[in-house]
Amino acid sequence: MDLKTPLYDCHVALEGRMVPFAGYVLPVQYPTGVIREHMAVREACGLFDVSHMGEVLYRGPDALANLQKLLTNDFSTMRDGKVRYSVMCNPQGGVVDDLIVYRFSQDAYWVVVNAANRHKDVNWMRENLFGDCELTDMSDSVAQLALQGPKAGAIFAKVCDQEPPTGYYTFIPEMTVAGVKCLVSRTGYTGEDGFELYCANADAPALWNALLEAGKDDGLIPCGLGARDTLRLEAAMPLYGHEMDDTVTPFETGLGWAVKMQKDDFIGRSALAGNEQPARRRVGIEITGRGIAREHCDVYLDGKKIGVTTSGTHCPYLGKAVAMALIDGPAEDGALTVDVRGRQIEAKFIPLPFYQRKK
Amino acid sequence: MNIPAELRYTKTHEWIKEENGIVTVGLSDFAQQELGDLVFVNLPQVGDAVTAGEAFADVESVKAVSDVYSPVTGAVCEINEALLDAPESINQDPYGAWFIRVENVTDTVETLSAEEYEAMPKEG
Repeated sequence: MDLKTPLYDCHVALEGRMVPFAGYVLPVQYPTGVIREHMAVREACGLFDVSHMGEVLYRGPDALANLQKLLTNDFSTMRDGKVRYSVMCNPQGGVVDDLIVYRFSQDAYWVVVNAANRHKDVNWMRENLFGDCELTDMSDSVAQLALQGPKAGAIFAKVCDQEPPTGYYTFIPEMTVAGVKCLVSRTGYTGEDGFELYCANADAPALWNALLEAGKDDGLIPCGLGARDTLRLEAAMPLYGHEMDDTVTPFETGLGWAVKMQKDDFIGRSALAGNEQPARRRVGIEITGRGIAREHCDVYLDGKKIGVTTSGTHCPYLGKAVAMALIDGPAEDGALTVDVRGRQIEAKFIPLPFYQRKK
Repeated sequence: MNIPAELRYTKTHEWIKEENGIVTVGLSDFAQQELGDLVFVNLPQVGDAVTAGEAFADVESVKAVSDVYSPVTGAVCEINEALLDAPESINQDPYGAWFIRVENVTDTVETLSAEEYEAMPKEG
């Protein structure tokens, strides 16, 4: 039985097309359609329900030591009010999940994980918990909204008197937004500026409606999972289960910057040591022939199979079809093709990210 | 949902119009709504043989790819090349945005009247 987020009734009222995703029923799109929702985020603003994401609280004198052991990034240099991306590896160096960590204080952190991995993650976290540290899965009581796009700051100012978090990957633990108590971070998964707002389930519909109303004249529209995927893909942000999984290392998928081999021992470190420059790597591909490559399409260089696509779509903003792929070896010159349901379609390597916003 | 009375329909959501032995095929309004924003169309070529009940084209939305099935067996005598550059016209005008015209028709799948098509249970 799929769960409803606290915003389920709002989505139905907006005629969202509801689909099962990661154990929840969520809108894949509204009647506006994926392309207009995607463009709204690039050019104005979009509002997403991401309440399915999981939030795990680490609290206690050994909270930092736990994160240092469990995760690949280094949190010893982190200050209160900062957010940091990390990978969580298994002992073989494969990725259990990717996530972001919020530091409230030296003894209290939030770890925000992918909905599809939440139960696996929490089990893994409990298995590896040590010392004087308490772990609480808060996912079921926390709603999350993402306000994303160049107009996000202006819209936020209409519903909140306080100054929002200004630096990218920072947060304010308690703000009152449209009368609702929220944690607000300057984060997102779209390649645009914006905020993620966490609040109590019961307050989520009021916050959702207030934001939509406040942003109406700025072009704010609700956006579904479809646009969330095309936006992150256009920005070449890796997605768990696509660009990485239990068998792919963070170095292979291009997340080496979030792995701090110099810090004290962490799970997966010994397997990753010496493999910082792997043969397999994530690359960007533009489809130059007629067609669209999705995930799991074989990639050929001069007729020889070199890898497989992990995600692909037609990018609404760039107006072209692109894919990410894991290939064995460097992206060398030659005749590149992608097998799309039996047809070899011409392609070429292009740098990642496909899209980067102008700052 | 728009279901013009003068057309016939398939259970796989294609519409059909027959004039002087030539069958024109497109996607119904229901189908384009279900598929969402279309960004790519792959059509057969003039002279290709199509078979009743088998895929003759595919359409891609930003999210997924779907086959389009031929309601008839015959030879493709015309294709709507404009769709290749403007797949969104299928969303905007599903009954104007025809896919192919077929001649020498020898077989047809079971088709439905507008009334029957409207009454048919559709997966949402």
